[in-house]
Amino acid sequence: MLPSLRLKLQGITKAYPAVVANDGVSLNVQAGEIHAVLGENGAGKSTLMKVIYGAVQPDAGSITFDGKQVQIKNPVDARHLGIAMVFQHFSLFETITVAENVWLGLDKGLSLQEVTQRITAKAAQYGLDMDPLRPVHTLGVGERQRVEIVRALLTEPRLLILDEPTSVLTPQAVEKLFKTLRLLSAQGCSILYISHKLHEIRALCTACTVLRGGKVTGVCDPRQESNASLSRLMIGAEPPALQHRGVVVGKEVLAVNNLSLLREDEFGVDLESIVLSVRAGEVLGIAGVSGNGQKELLYALSGEDTRAAQRTITLQGQDTGKFSPQQRRQLGLHFVPEERLGRGAVPSMSLAHNLLLTRDEAVGQSSWQCGWIDTSALGAQAQLIIKRFNVKAGGPNAPARSLSGGNLQKFIVGREIEAKPQLLIISQPTWGVDVGAAAQIRAEILALRDAGCAVLVVSEELEELFEISDRLQVMAKGRLSPSLHIKQATMEKVGEWMSGLWDTPTAVRTQPAPAVVSASTSSVQTDSTMQDGRSHAQA
Amino acid sequence: MLKLEPRPETSRFWTAASPILALLITIVIGIVLFAALGKDPVRGLQVFFWEPIKSSYALGELMVKATPLLIIALGLAVCFRSNVWNIGAEGQFVLGAVCAGGVALLADKDTGRWIFVAVIVAGILGGMAWAGLTALLRDKFNANEILVSLMLVYVADMVLSYLVFGPWKDPAGYNFPQSKSFEAVTRIPKLMEGSRVSIGLLVGLVGAAGLWVFLFRTRAGFAQQVGGLAPAAARYAGFSSRRALWTALLVSGGAAGLAGALEVAGPIGQLTPYVPAGYGFAAIIVAFVGRLHPVGIVFSAILMSMFYIGGELAQSRMGLPKSITGVFQGLLLFSLLACDTLMLYRVKWRGSKPLASINSAQPAINNIAIPVVKEAASLKQGAR
Repeated sequence: MLPSLRLKLQGITKAYPAVVANDGVSLNVQAGEIHAVLGENGAGKSTLMKVIYGAVQPDAGSITFDGKQVQIKNPVDARHLGIAMVFQHFSLFETITVAENVWLGLDKGLSLQEVTQRITAKAAQYGLDMDPLRPVHTLGVGERQRVEIVRALLTEPRLLILDEPTSVLTPQAVEKLFKTLRLLSAQGCSILYISHKLHEIRALCTACTVLRGGKVTGVCDPRQESNASLSRLMIGAEPPALQHRGVVVGKEVLAVNNLSLLREDEFGVDLESIVLSVRAGEVLGIAGVSGNGQKELLYALSGEDTRAAQRTITLQGQDTGKFSPQQRRQLGLHFVPEERLGRGAVPSMSLAHNLLLTRDEAVGQSSWQCGWIDTSALGAQAQLIIKRFNVKAGGPNAPARSLSGGNLQKFIVGREIEAKPQLLIISQPTWGVDVGAAAQIRAEILALRDAGCAVLVVSEELEELFEISDRLQVMAKGRLSPSLHIKQATMEKVGEWMSGLWDTPTAVRTQPAPAVVSASTSSVQTDSTMQDGRSHAQA
Repeated sequence: MLKLEPRPETSRFWTAASPILALLITIVIGIVLFAALGKDPVRGLQVFFWEPIKSSYALGELMVKATPLLIIALGLAVCFRSNVWNIGAEGQFVLGAVCAGGVALLADKDTGRWIFVAVIVAGILGGMAWAGLTALLRDKFNANEILVSLMLVYVADMVLSYLVFGPWKDPAGYNFPQSKSFEAVTRIPKLMEGSRVSIGLLVGLVGAAGLWVFLFRTRAGFAQQVGGLAPAAARYAGFSSRRALWTALLVSGGAAGLAGALEVAGPIGQLTPYVPAGYGFAAIIVAFVGRLHPVGIVFSAILMSMFYIGGELAQSRMGLPKSITGVFQGLLLFSLLACDTLMLYRVKWRGSKPLASINSAQPAINNIAIPVVKEAASLKQGAR
């Protein structure tokens, strides 16, 4: 098949009240091409994809599909043209089977049995193994994504859009997905691949359009580019590399002793015999695909869930399983949750008032003051954090929801770090945060560690964990793997463990870290995979 | 075609202007209503908005009616700000009145003046207990507080009826369902001679100031509101949701009970089946029209009181049914809810669809004012 233009966008503009999401964006996708759309959060990638899929109408610009100018008024139009989309958040009903889910989304006229056969055939064709008769709630995240992909493929798409498809996958599952996508493209289907992960784009895509602030800042062949050059196109600069220093660990600050906890809501995960320990001056990273018990573990650690037995969580040598969040804060535990708006901060309240969630320096302490708030002291405190952590905000009185995700995260992280914690627990520290702010937050975490604080980081981003952790543990199906020194951790091994396979003979069992770990005593076992991971992360 | 476009931020202007616009819309609809009923609209407006303030006596009556509304609405503001939906202030008001009346009936000619304090305290405790039932059921069984508090209103009415038709009926009352008139010593002190305004008005105003301090200057008030605005944030901070629930219901129940005590031991002076005058329900509107803010509530209580008096005057002077009061209350609340849309959205006039062709799209773009706030809100559109 001759390369011909499958999709051509010209001058697409879409303005929302406060922001121009797309500003004269043009995009050319050839038939059978895997085309990356790269950009930071907020660069306008999602809006552009919604325009193509008919979910959003552009204010101006034209769309040409297979040489004909078209108007895509809604997703039904898009599907008729042969455009399919796999969303980041799945739209599957949990209680019914795979086949029933797919059946619901298809044109009527097919029997369930026919659909089941088609699923099996389509899955076999692309090497996606799946059982159409299984109920969706028994499937893992990777399997659910496969269902979404097969559902999209059954419409025989000529253009498949994938929105951040790897954010929920283990490295092994990512490889499998890439194989499928390459096969698909070889058969002439064009693929639009949205991501902000540079190494994936370089490994998979044959063309790349880079967006920044709603405008196209570059069109390139990612195979010819380096992480650094792509990063420059994406953010206009390279974030500075992080400074690492040897580990000098002190006494144990947090110990979780065989914590088991039944799920609180029916879609949760049971925690099973969790054992971990964090010492002063080290960063323990917890890897794993989200939804494997991280949320439940963090609730138990922060005190938002006090059902754990008192002795199962030891903080500064004190049993604290049933302590309230305030009691734990008094022992030096500060926590940054992954949801910023609504949990880490009250959206409609000012930044200054949001300090009061975890800080009480501006509150009168003696009993006759009845918890009187000194508003000027509070404002000054907020101003200090805004300045020190470089938060872009309209001042201490700006409501939390007026800040961008990255800036609000900087404020929340600042609020907890400025409290001089003994133990900082931080979940998804750079989720949806732009590259510059992410680098700053990671640097702050490391600075805190160097100052002798114990840090526990829970993250989905393996590169991030490899960059800042001293030790790693992996969470899968409500269980926590043994601890792995960062020098013994490889992408491959951690990826395997993310499927819960640390008990199998192939995985080498390592002991939890000894009391004092210095860089020289542990064997240096860096392999190429891991170096790869580090270089991506620092680029 | 009119189109609503979300604002990037809540409009401060419309937060203040929306109640005023709502009042204007209510007046316009009121004029239409008077005209449709064949009454003189000017006379109608005069009855509602001029008569209640034209003399010192009229002003006094305005305050008499505003006092219970103010006190109940202040308590409800605490509730609604903490996302606890107490709809049953009317029942708490009645129970407060019953308990206060019970204490007042104990007094005889020799009782000291201190008894009026006991009457007030009994009213507060009665209201608290009634609201406490709702809190208990919500806390222990997760029962919906809207339904429970609302249904307890009717139970409270029954309790009152049982007492005035039965054990507390005045033996010398010609078999009317009412208690004997309370002794003079039990009466709430008047603010000044010759007026029916009692110290209840002062209590309400002090309450408004106290509520302002509690909500905006104390940590407890902050914690109370976080629970309503962002429950997950309250849990994260470690603010107890049970404590917030009990505080909200006991405060609002106590306030409604206080208002009940001030009514029966004030203007009414005895227990009758007509003690429940709808203040508890009207106060819900007062609280929202006042933006759940103590200062706003003072003004909206006066406005709602005007509607009450205006309705009574419309009955006697213009021969309109008394239910006109309820019509005006409803109109005001609905207009307010509609006007509040303007806080979050702006109205845009949009012509033809802009994507008709590229040529016609060009002017359409120019029409759309684009406040370029590059940083803010861009993340909302982001991939994650």
